[in-house]
Amino acid sequence: MRLPLQYNLRNLVVRRTMTLMTAGGIALVVAVLVLTLALAHGFSATLVATGRADNAIVLRGGATSEMMSSLSRDSARIVAADPAVARGPDGEPLAQPEMVVLVNLLRRGDPDASSNVSVRGVDPQVFALRPDIRLREGRMLRPGMDEVLVGRKLDRRFEGCGLGETLHMGGRDWRVVGTFDAGGSGFDSEIWGDREAFLPAFDRVEYSSLTLRLTDPARLADLLARLEADPRVRAEPQIEREYYRLQSQQLAGVIRALGLFLVVVMAAGAVFGALNTMYAAVGSRSREIATLLALGFPPRSILASFLVESVLLCLIGGVLGCLLALPVHGVSTGTTNWASFSEVAFEFRISPGILAIGLLASVVLGLVGGYFPARAAARRTVSEALRAG
Amino acid sequence: MENLAAGPPIITLRGVSKTYRRDTIAVPVLAALDLDVAAGEFLALMGPSGSGKSTILNLVSGIDTPTAGRVVVAGVDLGGLDNAALAAFRARHVGFIFQSYNLIPVLTAFQNVELPLLLTALDRRERRQHVLDVLEVVGLNDRSDHFPRQLSGGQEQRVAIARAIVSDPSLLVADEPTGDLDAASAAEILDLIGRLNREFGKTVVMVTHDPRAAERAHRVLHLDKGVLVEAVRREQP
Repeated sequence: MRLPLQYNLRNLVVRRTMTLMTAGGIALVVAVLVLTLALAHGFSATLVATGRADNAIVLRGGATSEMMSSLSRDSARIVAADPAVARGPDGEPLAQPEMVVLVNLLRRGDPDASSNVSVRGVDPQVFALRPDIRLREGRMLRPGMDEVLVGRKLDRRFEGCGLGETLHMGGRDWRVVGTFDAGGSGFDSEIWGDREAFLPAFDRVEYSSLTLRLTDPARLADLLARLEADPRVRAEPQIEREYYRLQSQQLAGVIRALGLFLVVVMAAGAVFGALNTMYAAVGSRSREIATLLALGFPPRSILASFLVESVLLCLIGGVLGCLLALPVHGVSTGTTNWASFSEVAFEFRISPGILAIGLLASVVLGLVGGYFPARAAARRTVSEALRAG
Repeated sequence: MENLAAGPPIITLRGVSKTYRRDTIAVPVLAALDLDVAAGEFLALMGPSGSGKSTILNLVSGIDTPTAGRVVVAGVDLGGLDNAALAAFRARHVGFIFQSYNLIPVLTAFQNVELPLLLTALDRRERRQHVLDVLEVVGLNDRSDHFPRQLSGGQEQRVAIARAIVSDPSLLVADEPTGDLDAASAAEILDLIGRLNREFGKTVVMVTHDPRAAERAHRVLHLDKGVLVEAVRREQP
């Protein structure tokens, strides 16, 4: 009993100006929705990809981030000696204390703009604990030297971060001797230097954290229980990847909430556009509706036909919106992570799932925008519609 | 009103009244009308605007219901039917021919004619054959892919007639079928309707202002202010 789809498609083509204007409004909504989700997804994905599932990060008990944590040398030594910590080929524990500070750096090409960047004091053998990270250009740090490595997303974004350039931090000049690639994770937005050189330069005595390799991630609970029972230390371990995932939650949630608020406001406008278009369609086709009803098409067929037309109209907008957003995939941007107060560079990531959500949103807009006009069409009596036509 | 037709009635109206409401004002259109139309009869309804002739057409075709009285068409008492049942009745028993053709402008002649068959259980191949057959009957099988805007007025009305007969209804209702046509096209359309009545046995109820159109009918009823004032029985044309 369904009216042919060509009936709806051709009506959209015949009224192409109105179709394009309405679809354009829907396209903007869908594009903003897709970009918002891609922004949040890119940010989350960057931080979720940070760290390893078999590494644990140990902070001072109660601290929610490295910035709030301080760990004494004794505490670090006690934790590193725990049997849950894996050992390297040399028999030494795979555990490295680290120190994190924030440094305000000028952005390249804009002398008035600056951002906080995470500066991490690491062990010169840092790659042993983080084998996924590799040196991209230049060479490794030499112990005790005023040298730094720069994550690959910083060298073009901040002054002094290029290979061979010099950064002024902690009252000293640090020469950039290499850049590293952390596979798109949050470490790509950090500056690393020798911990023992950083501590006095930044006037620190204690570490921020201890990163260690677990013999088995399942033994984290054992480690936690032993540390809680040990009165000498006040330290709390958690899986490194989980720590960074939690670090992303707050800002990703805010990005999504703000973006969705914008989308809802825009969607309300677009729905009125669709409503207007579909009411105009129903109004201008009174005689057609009357004829179809007279021929014996039941009102539900008329309702379904106009709903299908509205969904098609909005789906055109949905596809346009996705196409509009797609070129932004992979574009780099950066923001301050509220959990660490430091700049995190990341990419817009448009996944098939996000595109599906965009298209689904356009279908929902079509159903919402089409329902009342379609119902008005279906509720007409034949004689009334014939007179109106 | 006496049944002037020879065969058994396909349409029976008994004590039918129709009153429309415009805001709070009741406007009576038909008053206690009795009418029988025999199967295979060609009936013309004439009268001034507002005389109730289109209302009769709407009542016998199941697109409107009476305020009082009984309407029985093809053995179906339309008074007891809800909207869905009336729609099914129209699809099964009634073919419509409108003054302005009422073709769907974005569908081809073929697709317009096919529309009533979408309400049947026929498959695509069977529908196609039926459509081609009726386009042949109305002499437009070479125009099946044309859109209404690519056809003349007479051709559009012939497509509309093909659409009206494609599901083989027993009753054709025509509301001023030649009202928008020139004299030559009007004559062709009236010839075609007459042929459908004679050769295919369709009962035709036609509203017209045109005496030349009315001449084609077996019987002409004149209405005024909702009352039958004159009935003229003609020889079989």
